[in-house]
This record gives sequence, structure tokens and C-alpha cells, in this order.
Amino acid sequence: MNILKLLDRLSDDKFFTTEASRLETLTQISSFGKKAAIAAAPLGLGALMTNSVKAQTTGIAAKSALTDALQLALTLEYLEDDYYSKGLSTAGLIPNSDKVVFQQISKHEAAHVAFLKTAITSLGEVPAAKPNFNYTVGGTLSPFSDYSQFLTLAQAFEDTGVRAYKGQAGNVMANKDILQAALQIHSVEARHASQVRRLRLKKGWIEGNDGGLPDPFNSKVYSGEDLTNQAGFNTAAAFGAAAGSAAYDEILTGDAAKAIAQMFIV
Amino acid sequence: MKKTIHVSNQGATLDTNRRNFLKLSGIGLAMAGLTLVGCDDNDFDYVDNNVFDLGKGDVGVLNYAYALEQLEADFYTKVVNNFYSGISANEKQILTDLYHHEVVHRDFFKAAIGGATSNVLPTLEFQYPGVDFNSKASVLATAKALEDTGVAAYNGAGRYITNAAYLVIAGKIVSVEARHAAAIRDLINPGTAAFSGDDIINANGLDLAKTPKEVVTAVGGFFKTPFTWKEQGIG
Repeated sequence: MNILKLLDRLSDDKFFTTEASRLETLTQISSFGKKAAIAAAPLGLGALMTNSVKAQTTGIAAKSALTDALQLALTLEYLEDDYYSKGLSTAGLIPNSDKVVFQQISKHEAAHVAFLKTAITSLGEVPAAKPNFNYTVGGTLSPFSDYSQFLTLAQAFEDTGVRAYKGQAGNVMANKDILQAALQIHSVEARHASQVRRLRLKKGWIEGNDGGLPDPFNSKVYSGEDLTNQAGFNTAAAFGAAAGSAAYDEILTGDAAKAIAQMFIV
Repeated sequence: MKKTIHVSNQGATLDTNRRNFLKLSGIGLAMAGLTLVGCDDNDFDYVDNNVFDLGKGDVGVLNYAYALEQLEADFYTKVVNNFYSGISANEKQILTDLYHHEVVHRDFFKAAIGGATSNVLPTLEFQYPGVDFNSKASVLATAKALEDTGVAAYNGAGRYITNAAYLVIAGKIVSVEARHAAAIRDLINPGTAAFSGDDIINANGLDLAKTPKEVVTAVGGFFKTPFTWKEQGIG
């Protein structure tokens, strides 16, 4: 009995088949020479990889997957950092009672920007320049004059951040130190998300697709969050779908995360 | 004078390292003396070849996660079966949700690991030295310690996972633990920066990451059933 059976099982269900990016990632890791990941390559994954076009991926591409992931993260952090800086510097927007929360969040986002720039530079790449942001989404929002809208977008950015980092896990796992740092940022985003949600009088975790955001934001940010099947295990069985889905945060693909960020880049 | 017979797993299995008891985060110091006395009893050690080892590679990491989820599920089960007096509706809702999530995590790992290997961590027994389940402060402090440690444990164990699918599963769970941690921290210190406080988030904006050994030091005192993880130098 060994772990191969579980892997085979994983490869059979939705968890695996719907998320092609992870498979691509594995092939990239293999070519990157991560013997640990691939020498032990289990049946299911091995077969899938052989069939994958991406099996031809070169080591350069693997490094590119890593730095691409970090550049995406940097873009999202730029967005958050810029948003909170503007919010905090807008007089009368954030109530005094909530200022300490956003000062703390803002401090972390600024640190994440600096940290990611350093990480990308250390990998021999040039960090992307900070984009120009606009938060009105074609004139439909005014988050810097309406605090409830400010909270709405803050929640959208934090929950997106959590999902986006998770979605890049496979792309950064070839570099253990980067992976760990990404995980350490990822859980900070989750703490932020919990707090902002609770400021909006919502639960800190996501039951179903419950973001309570106006569309198109809610559907873009929370699509797929209501999953109650984890590697074949029915998470709704014990306490229902709300608890079962909330117990797991889902990934967002790089493209989906970029599409969300793009709504605010001019 | 200790009447030590064998020390084959002293300081190795989770139950016998007395430092664990001293370092329990969120546990009142008042209990420290008492638990130390208790610890001395454990110096009557014995050679037990049946102590479970978490295993190697990804199986070891999955069993490690399963052990931590067992602990959290057990703790919240006790909390919801005997809510502290004066609990608010909001606190009750949060603690009930956490109970649900942790039980789902625990049962997921049991099913997932059991489907792949016979080396499944058995059901463990726990103890809560110094925890007063009738006290809001004690329950919330313990919940905070468990959630923060859970986050740090997953963050620190990610590097040992070789399979991307497992890494993503761990990622799906750890962010929920972080959401829990923030909510519990905010219940303890509402309206402050505590939800992601400077005590856990460093100047680079990074959350804690702990090695398995560090995690054992932090919460090992809760584990009544000993186990080892030789690959990680535990046992």
C-alpha cells in the first residue's frame, strides 16, 4: 500500500482534471531537475506528464514559471498597497475605529511589495513596474468617498490575493525558500481577508460563494469557492455545504487573478 | 532521583518532552509547576516499539497535518460540548464554525491518507493541562495558540511536500486556519491590529513558519498519545 493509490484517485476527480495549470507546473518542475518531485513521480501523474505537451518544457521555462508567479503576485500587491495608501490618505474616509486595522494591512502590503521586488531581483529578473490604478471601474464605483464601497473592494482584493497565491503554489514549489515565503504571505492575506470580511459583518471565512459583493466582482472573485468535493471527499457530509465549503479556500488561476487586477489597471 | 528505566524516546515522542509543557502558548503559567510534577512521572520511560511513526515523504507530512487537525477538532469538540458561561452569540457562532471546519479537515485527512496507505496515524488522545474550558479567556487563548500554530505548521511544512496536489490541498486548508486565527485574535483584542499582529507578522510582512520540531515544542504538550516522526528528527 502506498501513496500512489491516492494520487491515482486524485487524478480521477475534478480536483485534478479541472486545474490544468498544476499539471503544467509539475512538468516544469521535472525539467527543472527536482528529483524529489519527479523521481518519485507516481503512476497517475507520470502518465499525464508524458502525454503533456508541456513535458518538453525547458529549465528556462521552469524559472519563468517561478518568476511569472512572483510578477503576478507583485502586481496584486502593488494594487493592494496603492489602494490602502490612497484610502488612508483620504481624509474622512476610514472611521477612526477602523484605522488601526487598515494601517496594519497597509504596512503588510507595502512590505510584500518590497519583499517580492527583492525576490524577483535575486532570481535575475527585473521586477515589473507599478501600474497606474483606477478604482472607479468605468465610473461605477467611488470607494474613496464611500466607506462601504471601500470595504467591498478591500475584501475583493484580499480574498483574491488568498486565492491567487494558492493558485501559484505549484509554480513556485521548485524553489523551497520562495515557496515558504509565498505561503507566509498567503496566510497574512487570509488574516486580512478575515478581518475585512468581519468589518463588513460577514463571516471571516467563505461559505459557498458568499462574498456579498456586487457583480461582476462577486462572480469573478468567488467563482468555484463553493466546492464541497476535496480529492473525492465530500466536505458537506458532516455539517452541510456551508461549513464544508468554508473549510477550504479554493485556488484562482493566474489568468483569473490577472483579469480581476486588470479591472483596476489603466 | 529519577527512576528512569529506559530513555529510548525521552524528548522524542511528543508526550515526554517536558519543555513542551513550559512552552505551551496561551496556557497559564500557574499550571507549569503542576505539569512539571506530572512530567517527572514520564521519566519512567519504557521502550515501546509500537509508537507510531508518521512516516516518510509526503505520507509523513500528511500524517503530521492529520495529527494537528485531530488536535484542533478534539479541542473545539470539547469547547462546543461545554460552552463557557456568558458566551456571546457571536462567539458561539465562531467557535461552532471552527469546530465544523476542523472536524471536516480531520475526517478529510483520515479518508485521504487511508485511501493511499496503511500507515495512517491512529486516533490520538489529548490532554489540556492548564486549560479551563469554563473560562472565555482560557478557551480563546488556547484557540489562538492552536490556530496560529496551525498556520505556522503548514507554512513550515510546505517545503517538505513533493506532490503539487498535496501542496494545493494544504494551501486550501492553511488559509482557512489563518482566517480562524484572525477572528479569534480579534475576539480577544477587538478593533486592534491583533488579527495580524506584529507578534506574528515580521517586518517583511511574512507570517510565522515553524519546523515540525518547533511545532512539537509549541503544542506537543496537548498530545497524550505519543508518536514519532523520525524523518524530521522527532523521536
